[in-house]
Order: sequence, then structure tokens, then C-alpha cells
Amino acid sequence: MAHDRDALITGIGLVSCLGSGADAHWDALNAFAPVLDTDTFSPLAVHPLAPLALDTQIPKRGDQRQMEAWQRIGVFAAGQALDSAGVKGNTELLSRMGMIVAAGGGERDYAVDAAILSGYPKAENPGAYLNEHLLGDLRPTLFLAQLSNLLAGNISVVHGVIGSSRTFMGEEASGADAVRIACARIAAGQSDIILVGGSYNAQRPDVLVHYEMGGLLRRSPFDPVWARQESGGGMMLGSVGCFLVIESRSHAAARGVSAYGHIASIKTDRCGRAPGQATANARAQFAAMQAHVDPAGAAVISGASGVAAPTVEEGEFLASLGLPVRATATALGHSLEPSFPASLALAAMAVKRGSLFPPLEASEREMTAPLTQALVTSWGHWRGESLALVTAA
Amino acid sequence: MTKDTDHLGRPIVVVTGMGVLTSLGQGQADNWTALTNGVSGIRRITRFPIEGLRTTIAGTVDFVSVPEPSAPAQSQRLAELVIEEALAESGIGRVGDFPGPLFLALPPVEMEWTQRFALAAASGANENVTYADLIRAAGGGGFESYYRRFLFGSVGENLAATFGTKGSPVATSTACASGGTAIQLGVEAIRRGETDAALVVGTDSSVNPESLVRFSLLSALSTRNDPPSSASRPFSKDREGFVMAEGAGALVLESLSSARARGAVVLGVVEGCGEVADGFHRTRSSPDGKPVIACMRAALADAGLAPDAVGYINAHGTGTPENDKMEWVGVSAVFGDRAGSIPMSSNKSMIGHSLTAAGAVEAIFSVLTIRHGLLPPTINYDIPDPALPVDCVPNVARAASVKHAISNSFGFGGQNVCVVLGAAQ
Repeated sequence: MAHDRDALITGIGLVSCLGSGADAHWDALNAFAPVLDTDTFSPLAVHPLAPLALDTQIPKRGDQRQMEAWQRIGVFAAGQALDSAGVKGNTELLSRMGMIVAAGGGERDYAVDAAILSGYPKAENPGAYLNEHLLGDLRPTLFLAQLSNLLAGNISVVHGVIGSSRTFMGEEASGADAVRIACARIAAGQSDIILVGGSYNAQRPDVLVHYEMGGLLRRSPFDPVWARQESGGGMMLGSVGCFLVIESRSHAAARGVSAYGHIASIKTDRCGRAPGQATANARAQFAAMQAHVDPAGAAVISGASGVAAPTVEEGEFLASLGLPVRATATALGHSLEPSFPASLALAAMAVKRGSLFPPLEASEREMTAPLTQALVTSWGHWRGESLALVTAA
Repeated sequence: MTKDTDHLGRPIVVVTGMGVLTSLGQGQADNWTALTNGVSGIRRITRFPIEGLRTTIAGTVDFVSVPEPSAPAQSQRLAELVIEEALAESGIGRVGDFPGPLFLALPPVEMEWTQRFALAAASGANENVTYADLIRAAGGGGFESYYRRFLFGSVGENLAATFGTKGSPVATSTACASGGTAIQLGVEAIRRGETDAALVVGTDSSVNPESLVRFSLLSALSTRNDPPSSASRPFSKDREGFVMAEGAGALVLESLSSARARGAVVLGVVEGCGEVADGFHRTRSSPDGKPVIACMRAALADAGLAPDAVGYINAHGTGTPENDKMEWVGVSAVFGDRAGSIPMSSNKSMIGHSLTAAGAVEAIFSVLTIRHGLLPPTINYDIPDPALPVDCVPNVARAASVKHAISNSFGFGGQNVCVVLGAAQ
């Protein structure tokens, strides 16, 4: 039953290897072909960001220069979401619009790092050498490209969203918690309209170092998330920016805008990932929203990362639901913080259109019946289990 | 009987346990004694070589050590210590079973030079080490502990597992306002009725060469290295920057009805929170002070208080020329003629700027200020700045009865948070 404080998705900004904007993604998913860069970081492959017309969302070159790639991706997607919701430039509204950003950290100066790594072992006084080169070689403004909260800060500067600004950190779970808390704030009347999302630049050697240390990256050649499990699984990272405008039903109605979908329920939790624990969390989450699930019209948009243990366990849980499934990391690559918002965006697009996009691999089932709702999962590659239900607005 | 709801009918949120650790020491008692005696925790850095650095001092916490030091490992350890203190005071839940969520203010996590050098060594590259070498070495195995340590989620996950908080732990970063943001997240969750209690923690132990240099390159740090205790001089005319510091603070927040039901001692009330972002610039505040003014006003409105009710301001007071000026602009706009007569002191004059932790640490000191009726001073206040006619409680603590205090936190990226704290009824 519709309620004034329902949380609706009224704007979507989405950029990835598949393109720029919701429509481009819908088209690409309906004629899916993987987009991969297998050369730059060979033998690792990443899903590279499609070229962006940055000037359309970040008109000042000075602003573009002040940011590193992860921020430009995010600020671009945020602008697209504001455009999509019809609020871009609406100073009065933006001044009371909330913002929750899920973020990691920013790029490093790879040349400076390489020079220090090369010179340090040979230095007569290594400590002094490190100090001297950090002080002399780091660009002063690089810090502002690295701080987690400076994606939000740049959104405030470029787009004027200043009602509130909170940055959550913590890989996949941070994206889900950002959406959960936004929805809770709206339901409780603590906010009317909130910009939520994040960005991820996968085309960065430092993040590849990080996940290689964990032994979690898949080598090319490409294979999809579920098929990958037959040969050990693993993540293929993807550059993604995704922001959603989430708005109360009454606020959206007063503005006279139509919504992509309604976030009817969202749950997040954690566990230590002993076998079966994540499934237990997911079952409890599903039970909490089961009364609203229409099995005939529902599908699952899965955020499975590809990492073997959680992906296999999630696959088994999803099989028990018996619904058609699409794993978004197959198409977009896995993107950590924005992964859940991006899956939610794809779910909302599908619900609005009333149909699910075709399977991304052989084990995913075709869905011919009209789509009325979508479950969205996000099991973090290490921690965090999240489930949302998107229904028609 | 007092009501359990506030002026807007929301559950009243109270503090029933606190834990604090700064460069002044561990625990409320030691910190409060030092803080009210005007003791400085700022010292020469001994943790790493300081040759060639412009700033060689910090409010380091040198009395806590961890096996493999890194900012997240140290920050986690400080958080554990303050949580243990807060839980013991509150008496809530059982060991390893806290009945509510965790909101954690945490510095951004990044692999550090120690780990980069280890990877470079493992790569076997001789002359020119590149990131391709690091990736190759990383893939060679043996570095899984680094991977886990430098996940953004690992500190929160470990704390959640240890203390048995409920649900997904939320780690937040709003730069130097993070501690205030964590408090606000906890207050809002209780007001929504999602939980009766929340564990709020701010922690920061990131004094390392690169962090120090990053702030140094932005000319944000004091270079008044001798003596170290003189470097942090908020509101003084000759202030020249802040002093990086480490610390942690934990608060058990609880609905008043829950605290009352279990007979807990109420230490203070979180009466309101305000938050306004600033889109003017990435590091500088709007010159007109509008966001800071709106932030304080929002906090007071949230608390249902007029400015007249405020008896003490726990300043952000970093001691940078710009921050203190801007904070005064904001305070004088919000409090009008009273501005110069409301005591407004800066804990940072003694503990330095504990960055991510500052909002939580200083909220705890604000509660102690109210409870003890004693205002901590602003030390190093030698040369008044005529442009800032503030009563900063110069150099010596002062007795005063305070019913309502505000604690300000401002950060890079246009982050502004103000928390209103009130006396227990």
C-alpha cells in the first residue's frame, strides 16, 4: 500500500564499461557483450570505464583538475542522477538535500611512489630519504583527491548538494548501508530527498595490488560470474559510478515526478562467514520481506563478486528461491562500494520497464513473464550481506 | 516524572558510558585531571625519523602498541580500549553482546610505506621498482594479512565481532567532523526507534610520515616545534596551525527510557545535532560563515533550544588562522551580543587535533565539563587576537555551572557538525 514516506528512486546516474546513463545501460544489457581491458594490467583484466563527456557534468576545467579519476567518475554520476531526477541546479532543493556517499580512497601518485620505492633501499639514511621525497615530490592537492570524504566534498562544490554530507567506508557493505540509512531517514521523516551512491576506479594499480594480496583477482580470459566458479572463481574489477536520488513519495508527488521504483525493503547484516552464516543472514532478510514478494513477477539482481566461497554460497541460496537471476558483476565488473547502488539502479530500471534483461550467461534463466519487482543482493567479497526489494513505484 | 521524549516527541538520547584515550593518557579520570590542569600532550615524534620535516611534533599516543603497527591496526586498538571503558561504565549488555549497532568514525584506510617496501623487496626488482612489480609480488602470495588489514571494512568488522554489536557496522569519514557524524548517526537511529542503544566510536592513530607530510603540504600544521607544548595555540594572535594528534572516544548512547528501565546512570543528554555541508571550496569555508552558522542553528533547533540556553562552547578550535576566525564569525552570528561572554575553549590546545576522533573525544569532554562544573582551559593563550574577542577560558580551568553545551566539528570537504549536549536531569 502506498505511503507518503515510501522511499522512491526518482533519479539514476550510472556510468560503467557499458556506457553512460540508465538508457545506455539498458541497451547494452539487452545486447550484452563483455567490455574488458586485458592489456593495461595483463595478466589481470578490468572492465574499463566508457569514455565520459566530463564537461557535461563538471563544466569547470578547474574542478576536473582538482579531482582524480574516482572523484570525476562519482561527481559525473551524481550530476547525472540529479539531472535524471529533475533537480539539477535547483538551489533551494539542493540546499536541503541530504547525501550519503560510499567511498574508498583515492588514487596515489604512481610515479612518486615508484621513485621512492626505487631509491629508498639504496638511500644512506632511508628515513630522511622518505621524508625528503614525500615533502618534495607529492603534489599538495593530491591529499584532497585521496580523502574518502572528498567525493562528497566535490559533489557539494560542483553540484551544490549541501543539506548533509556523510561518507561511509567499508567496501560493498558501505554502499548498502548508505541506501539503507537513506531509506530509514526518509521513512522516519528525517529527510525528504537524499543523493546516495559511490564510485570506483578499477583502473588503478594500487587497488589491483590490494586484491592481488588477497589472492582474489580472476585472470583473463573473461568468463561470467557463475561459470567462473567451476575454475576457482575470483573478481574482475570494474570502474563504476552510480548515484541514486531517493525521495519520499509525497515529496516526489509534490514535484510531479515519476519514479523508477520503490525500495520496499532493505536489510543489511554481517557475520564471520563460517559456512552457512551468510545464508542464515540472507534467509532472515528474505523472511522479513517475503510477504511483499510476488514470486511470479520477481527476479534477482545479484551483486555476487565472483570470489569463490561467498559466490558459491549465494548461488545456492538464490537457487532455493527459484527466481531468475542476473549477476551484475558479469556485465559491469565488480565495483565494491558502488556495486550495490548500481545493482539497485539496474533493478529499478528493469522494474520500471516491466521486463528483465536477457541472461548474461548460460546458467541464468530467461524470464518471459512481466517483471513486477526485483530482489537485489549484495554479499560482500569478504563481509556484509544485504538484500533489498524494489517494487513498482 | 520526567518525560522520555523530547520537544518533537522523539526518544530522548542519553549517554550512559564513555571511554576516552588521548595523548594525555588513558581513561576519563587521567584525561580529565590533565585537561583541567592545562597539561599538554604534544611531544616530539619518536615513532619515525623526523629529519627534514617542517613539523616534528604531534599528540601521539605512545603508550599503546600493537604487533604490526599501521593506522588501522592502531586505530582499532585505541577503539577497543575506549569501548571497554565505556561499556564498563554503562553496564549495558553482556561481554561480547552489545544490544545495538556500531557507528565508527575511522580515518581512511590505505596501505602504508612499510607494506609497500615489503612488497617491493619481495618483488626482487633491483633498479626501478614499479607498480607492476608490486602487483607481481602481491600475486606471489604471503600478503593476505595486508589485504585484510587494509580493507576499509576491517576495523569495523573486527570491533563488531569482538563487542557483538548488532547489524552491519557503519564506518564513517567526514574528515575532522567524523566523530560528530558518528554521534549523529547513533542519535538518529535511536530516534527512529530502530534500536534502544548504539555504540559510537571515534578513533584515529594515523601519525605517520605520509599523513604528516600531507597536512604539512597544505600548510595546515603548526611548525612551532619548540617546545612542543607551545605549538597548539587556538585563538591566540600568533597561532599558525594545528597539531596532529591521536586518540579515541567511545560513547554508549541509549534512549532515556531504556537507560531508566535498567537503572543506568545517565551521564548526559545528546539534545541535538546539526549538520550543513559547505560547497564553497574543498578546504576553505565560505567566507560569510553561512554553513557554520546554519549548522549551529540547526543543532539548536534540533535540541529545541534558543541560543540563550547555551552556557559553554567546546570549540573546534584547531588553532589554524582560518578555522578560529571562521568559528568566531559563526559563533558571533549565532549568539549575537552574548558571543564574547560565553566561555568557548579548545581541548585541542592540550590534546592536539585528533582528526577523525576529535568529535567523539570532545563530546565526551563536553559531557565531563557539564558533569564536573569545570571548564577546561585553552592553553598557550598568550597573545589575544583582537579580531577574536572570545572568552576562551585562557590558560586556567574555571568553575561554571553549565546546563547546555555545544561541541563543534568542522572538516575538509565542507563538513560541519554541531552536537548539543545537556546535563542529566
